[in-house]
Amino acid sequence: MDAVISELPKFLSGFQMTLILAVTSGVLSLILGIILAAMRVAPFSSLRGFATIYVETVRNTPLTLVFVFFVFVLPTLGIILPLGKVPAIIALTVYTSAFICEAVRSGINSVGIGQAEAARAIGLRTSQTLSLVIIPQAVRTVIPPIINVLIALTKNTSVAAGFTVVELTSTGRRLSLNHPDQVIPILLGVAAFYLLITIPAGLIAGAVERKVVFAR
Amino acid sequence: MTNRVLYDAPGPKTLRTERIVSAIMFVALLAGLALLLKSGADRGIFDDRWRVLYDPPKSQTAVDVWKSLLVHGLGMTLKAALIAAPSAFVLAFIFAIARNSKNRIVSWVSVAIIEFLRGMPVLLMMFFGLLALRLDSFSAVVFGLTLYNAAIMAEILRAGLLALPRGQAEAGTAIGLTTWENLRIIQFPQVITLMLPSLISQFIVLLKDSSLGFIVGYNELLTTMKDNYSFFGDTSRLPLFIAVVSIYLIVSISLSRLAVWVEKKLANRHA
Repeated sequence: MDAVISELPKFLSGFQMTLILAVTSGVLSLILGIILAAMRVAPFSSLRGFATIYVETVRNTPLTLVFVFFVFVLPTLGIILPLGKVPAIIALTVYTSAFICEAVRSGINSVGIGQAEAARAIGLRTSQTLSLVIIPQAVRTVIPPIINVLIALTKNTSVAAGFTVVELTSTGRRLSLNHPDQVIPILLGVAAFYLLITIPAGLIAGAVERKVVFAR
Repeated sequence: MTNRVLYDAPGPKTLRTERIVSAIMFVALLAGLALLLKSGADRGIFDDRWRVLYDPPKSQTAVDVWKSLLVHGLGMTLKAALIAAPSAFVLAFIFAIARNSKNRIVSWVSVAIIEFLRGMPVLLMMFFGLLALRLDSFSAVVFGLTLYNAAIMAEILRAGLLALPRGQAEAGTAIGLTTWENLRIIQFPQVITLMLPSLISQFIVLLKDSSLGFIVGYNELLTTMKDNYSFFGDTSRLPLFIAVVSIYLIVSISLSRLAVWVEKKLANRHA
């Protein structure tokens, strides 16, 4: 236990790096994911096709392999990213945006077709149908799955530990090697930091979900 | 939801505009792709580096390369996944039964364990196996995959139990089955068929997560790729990477198709 207390500053700086990775790539993948979702429901088949190929390829590739691409493969093509968090953020964004896209798309699809038909029937224009009827309902159903994707992202930032980024998991590994007699408390300490993010986020997702179900 | 609901049915003019815009965007995407390939070509992606996949240098044969990737690499990946998946499933059953227990403490402990495991990165669990339990890298990978996926599968089973009509369990109780018999004879057989598509999807996630073995030092597909490009030199990284991505895509897309097929089969059976 004393190793956890004496090394607390290292835990905190690892936690800070995990947060930086999660927040930066979270924001970026939300933006990219929503653009992709818009492309997937666009009336232009070429955009739909492109977005579908992107999403299906990325979703079926392991995250570790995406990291390998940005850290080990791109440099052989003469594109050298600074080592550390930049390739990690890019890899996490590329990966997570595909899942955000799917969450948003299924949220839009979950709004009953009758809602749109009813809106059209009372004479609302396309823009009004979207802004007054579809989007307000879609946003509510979309929030819980998006929170779940962001929770997965937070856990996925740990993959960066294998690619020279010193975040929580990597800190845990280093400290374990320095204090071989206290590995269990150290790793449980790391776990506690992850739970600090994932459990409250999970509770929020659950609460929103119940609220949405109630509203239906 | 089809977009058609949002607009008036498009006339011939609108359809034509849509097609033209779509074609323009297609050309734009194609141009983007061409630019990408052009800049790649300037960096030499079309030189003889691809030979590593069909006529490799250093007196190796294509068979050697593909055998190392498919038989050794993919084999080790599948080995970890195929041991971890059934173990996780068995453990998930125990969690689900404990969670359903009438004993408050047992069910509360089960919930706590599930939430704890679900909230943690798989990689951290693998490190736990490696550093705290001093397992070898293969066992550490299986350990991490098993614990994490057991928690997720337990949640899937719970969702399945909640989705079953209540009359099923009630009928079981009415004919005098104990809680355990009720679960074993009446509920679980139905839950498993109901949840088979979700379980297959979770197996795909597990298979993808086995690539974390790359970080923990387990000799799976990604590590085999790395060994190969260390041997053949830096220029072989791109071709070998593309080969490994393709292997993952083929395996996991086939499994997703299987999940969809099973789902359809089940939907037809209930209809």
